Amino acid sequence: MKIKLTLVQKRSMLGLLFIAPWLIGFIFLFAGPLAQSIRFSFNKLMVSPGGYELQNVGLQNFQDALFVDANFNRILTESILGMLVDVPLILFFSLFSAVLLNQKFRGRGLARAIFFLPVILASGAIASAESAGLINLVGNAQVAEQLGQASSQFNARSMVLLLSEAGFPLAVTDYIVDAVMRIYEIISSSGVQILIFLAALQSVPGSMYEVAKIEGATAYESFWKITFPMVSPLILTNIIYTIIDSFSDSRVTQTIYETAFKTQNFGLSAAMAWLYTILVSVLLIVMGVIVSRKTFYHN
Amino acid sequence: MAIVRERWDEDSHNRINRIKNKSLNSLWSICRFMLILGITFIIIYPILTKFSMAFKAKEDIYNPTIYMIPVHFTLDNLSVALKLLDYWPLLLNTMVYVFVTMLLTTMSTALAGYGFARFQFPGSNILFGLVVLTILIPMSTLMVPMYLHFRSFDVLGVVHLFTGKDGINLLGTYWPSVITSATATGLKAGLFIYIFRQFFRGLPKEIEEAALIDGAGGIKTFFSIMLPNAIPPLITVTLFSFVWQYNDTFYTSLFMSDSALMPLKIASLPADASQFLPGLMGISNSAEADPNYVALVVDTGILLAIIPLILLYLFVQRHFVESVERTGVVG
Repeated sequence: MKIKLTLVQKRSMLGLLFIAPWLIGFIFLFAGPLAQSIRFSFNKLMVSPGGYELQNVGLQNFQDALFVDANFNRILTESILGMLVDVPLILFFSLFSAVLLNQKFRGRGLARAIFFLPVILASGAIASAESAGLINLVGNAQVAEQLGQASSQFNARSMVLLLSEAGFPLAVTDYIVDAVMRIYEIISSSGVQILIFLAALQSVPGSMYEVAKIEGATAYESFWKITFPMVSPLILTNIIYTIIDSFSDSRVTQTIYETAFKTQNFGLSAAMAWLYTILVSVLLIVMGVIVSRKTFYHN
Repeated sequence: MAIVRERWDEDSHNRINRIKNKSLNSLWSICRFMLILGITFIIIYPILTKFSMAFKAKEDIYNPTIYMIPVHFTLDNLSVALKLLDYWPLLLNTMVYVFVTMLLTTMSTALAGYGFARFQFPGSNILFGLVVLTILIPMSTLMVPMYLHFRSFDVLGVVHLFTGKDGINLLGTYWPSVITSATATGLKAGLFIYIFRQFFRGLPKEIEEAALIDGAGGIKTFFSIMLPNAIPPLITVTLFSFVWQYNDTFYTSLFMSDSALMPLKIASLPADASQFLPGLMGISNSAEADPNYVALVVDTGILLAIIPLILLYLFVQRHFVESVERTGVVG
């Protein structure tokens, strides 16, 4: 028997066909594992030949992650705080660079090519090899870290003095100096964000600037009154991207990985992962609400 | 007389204004030039040091007067690093792996993106919300279940039904990556689906309607009309998935920690170097390698790992920037 379908039904079947690969993957390789991961976080998992056994322990894993594990809560708060510090820096730097790269000057192609080089080279493997090399060299992780900071060969003291003489509060001075000391890190993690902002800047109609210029607006005014509102929807996109990009080389991820595969405590690692996920999602939601209120939508 | 004077005043006023504008402009150009030069230097500097390390001879390590340009050039580091990494087979292996996953990822995400952009089916909005969810959930959350899943891989118990075994162990093979990328759940696949969807939504509907009237079915329309029009997102997605796959250590160390893949080898290079260098140098195996020399070799190895990417980038960087601009990520 042949079932007669209406055109609408046919279209929707076709749509399902198109997303079928993703749907299969989603069900078996995302939704399934996600549910399992929730279950693991409430259980003690023991690997047995050809499978695993679960033993219900209630909220024990979460308790262990937060209060028993020596490092996890510290690493978690550090990485969330680090995120809060990094996001504005990366946003500011990428918007600044995008505006810079959007202007017309000689060698713009070359400058763009170099600015996006970090997108290509941002590799966890290289970073870990480099730090391992440095640790190998001096025999101590802490010294290596200090050396890495010192090797920027920039004396921060003069800048601190300058800023505090200028009457900036200590917190602001700290923030700026910190940003300058980690400039390489910030630059190398803002490649994609620059790309997104640049694409947004290209889509701002040039006639707006012309009108503003005829009306006598300065470049500064036209930045805040035209450029900034027009790219503001992309700020949220970039915040989200920055946060999810920081997952891959986050120390929390590494801790979760080590808990699972070095100490074989799968339940604890699942609980840690869920704590991290929940915290990050709260952060994302709060930021999303705040930013989208201030955002200007042109259309 | 007064009129002439007034005109002269106005003239000089204009001239001063013009000079002011011009000098402000050139001042800004200089400022901009300095800024861009500075940032460029910060980006390029690590690569330059790698080059300098790669060609530096051992004699120069302890010479404090050397900055960047070595006195004794040598290719020894290069040959040692090539040997340690087993470079050419490794590169070939990595390239094949990355290329296959890239192709599969692009295909599956393009299909899904088109499906979400153009078709209304029950729950299509909810499903797209779930795509966004896959972007936002950190991969460490799914790590353990995925690992166990691929340790005894068995879809709906089919393998168990036929062979009586508890699934197939796929760990240590390339299959986990192939399967995840073919089903659009691999590395940052959600982001790619999002990019494709945004682009396909921006294309005019009339193209498809014309194709439909001319008698093309949905699948044919996609392959012969929509895909050729989707060059910008295709370039973006292939490039990004290539690069991210090439650099990825998370999935590779999770699923195939023993495989000969570039990111894994580079991550373990420092340990390998300090272990095998004395042997390679012809010194007795018990001797410890000079850590400074190990650092030299490690830097050379890193350079070897990124050179293919840089070469690739030189060829495609123009498309890279342009295609992202035209992809419509923006809106």
